[in-house]
Amino acid sequence: MRSKVIIWTVVAAIFGFLFTPVIIILVYAFSAAPIPAWPLHGFAVHWFADTWNDDEVRAALLLSVEVAVLATVMAILLGTLAALAVVKMRSASREVVSFIAVLPIALPGILTGMALASYFASWGMNLSYWTIVAGHATFCTVIVYNNVVARLRRMPRSLTEASADLGADAFRTFRLVQLPMMGSAIGAGALLAFALSFDEVIVTTFTAGAQNTLPLWIFGAIRLGQKLPEVNVVVFAIIIFTAVPVLLAQRLIGDSGRVAR
Amino acid sequence: MDVKTVAAPIVQLEGVAKAYGSAVALSRLDLTVRTGEFFTLLGPSGSGKTTTLRLIAGFERPDTGRILLDGADVANLPPFERAVNTVFQDYALFPHLTLIENVAYGLRAKKMPKAQAHAEAEKALAAVKLAEYGTRKPAQLSGGQRQRVALARAMVNKPRVLLLDEPLGALDLKLRHQMQAELKRLQHETGITFIYVTHDQDEALSMSDRIAVFSHGKIEQVGTPFDLYERPASEFVADFVGSSNMLGRALLRPEKIRLLPENAAVAGINTARPGVVREATYLGAVTRYQVALDDGSELAVMEANTVPLSDHLRLGSGSRVLAVWPQAAAITISSTISNQGEVS
Repeated sequence: MRSKVIIWTVVAAIFGFLFTPVIIILVYAFSAAPIPAWPLHGFAVHWFADTWNDDEVRAALLLSVEVAVLATVMAILLGTLAALAVVKMRSASREVVSFIAVLPIALPGILTGMALASYFASWGMNLSYWTIVAGHATFCTVIVYNNVVARLRRMPRSLTEASADLGADAFRTFRLVQLPMMGSAIGAGALLAFALSFDEVIVTTFTAGAQNTLPLWIFGAIRLGQKLPEVNVVVFAIIIFTAVPVLLAQRLIGDSGRVAR
Repeated sequence: MDVKTVAAPIVQLEGVAKAYGSAVALSRLDLTVRTGEFFTLLGPSGSGKTTTLRLIAGFERPDTGRILLDGADVANLPPFERAVNTVFQDYALFPHLTLIENVAYGLRAKKMPKAQAHAEAEKALAAVKLAEYGTRKPAQLSGGQRQRVALARAMVNKPRVLLLDEPLGALDLKLRHQMQAELKRLQHETGITFIYVTHDQDEALSMSDRIAVFSHGKIEQVGTPFDLYERPASEFVADFVGSSNMLGRALLRPEKIRLLPENAAVAGINTARPGVVREATYLGAVTRYQVALDDGSELAVMEANTVPLSDHLRLGSGSRVLAVWPQAAAITISSTISNQGEVS
């Protein structure tokens, strides 16, 4: 009994440590004061309307969504194809290739960002919308790849063999057996990739030109100490934008775990 | 013997070899399976029997050699272009499809219209007594039911040859025996050639027209169950198929030995050796004795419990006995002869 109390106290302390700052920001979004201060001076919702009407924020939001969607689409294509290829490989080459495949997420973002920036520069490419997408696709692809590879590894090889045995060529097997069985893994990977892209700062800093994604806008606003109430509102929105896909992804992974068995 | 021995060959392997890296799975294998046969590939795990099956199915390509199906070399055709179907050890049912969709899968791949394919699939499910289960998913079935779906899914395509990879391995004993009878019945009714992989010698003996015994990537012997049991071509076959006593180069099956009182009179056509019972194990239908002969060798003896037993066995540990067997029962094995050819 006592040990239970201790365990729960520790758990509560850890969660408190992790989430109190987040909750404070969420609460600040409703503060009437133009500068975040404790205790709160009055309750206000007008910051939401103000933020929504701020063209800079709108442009940043639109850019973030567009980049996240495009990077996710690229990640789905590249990650899924890479996973399909890697599971077919023999053990030695498989280890090498899957190491290279997950490298982008193991590398510090600042390295990826610098490398991409100098690479783009060496080709004489201007930093733009598309360079951000390419930067985000590097780590988004890994997320999709990891999810799909895990699913394919759990999927017995006999299923694709059975399909071929029953007269289906490789494309039909892909369409009728592999794709339906990978579907939820691809979906989960895509949602996580979207969430990751949506709040990415470091790689974006190096690959964005004049554009601001939402996280970059926050970064700038905080550094300059401007529009702090709006920052709170934007953070509020980002939490929703990223938490929902992550929760959905977890459900997908859980569901398909049952199906795959 | 019967009609089957003169039937035309349907599957022929000629000089087929397969290695995985430096590990040799099959070394220059020759094998002929005839139309309509129930042919079993028997051997311990790693002996090459499953590799042989996978080569015939097309999941593996041979390093060398030819694989003929109906006289045409299919060694380099992919599985979906071969008129054979496989029942997998883990059944390999598609978890996201209903049973009807599973069974109709092969027909749909061959461009049969959906309505017709589903009607055929329903018939095939009825044939394995699962008519009412068509709309269920594989996860909702028991192991035995999944096994029958796998069978229906393969047989509905009317393959030239049905390949079965230890299909009963995951079932309990009672269900195994039921399915053995069921498989024999299906094979008899459809006339489809069965190539059956198992490591279970009882299963092989009870179901097969002919058996190929595998060891270390080679075939030790091909023959009828009778041939393998009564005239094993090597010590390996003698030992793997049934249990055996080796007396020098002579093989003696345990059930051919009788244990008589020590002073019994024995006719001249018999061999008689005195010894002492070391161990007696009651096994229901039979009793197994371990006898130490006075010359130092050990004999396993099987005795059918034909006379009603009282509350103790006829012979106990320590009984002096005379082990007697007809001289003709001891078969000399020359292990240099590997009988891979046709069985006359």
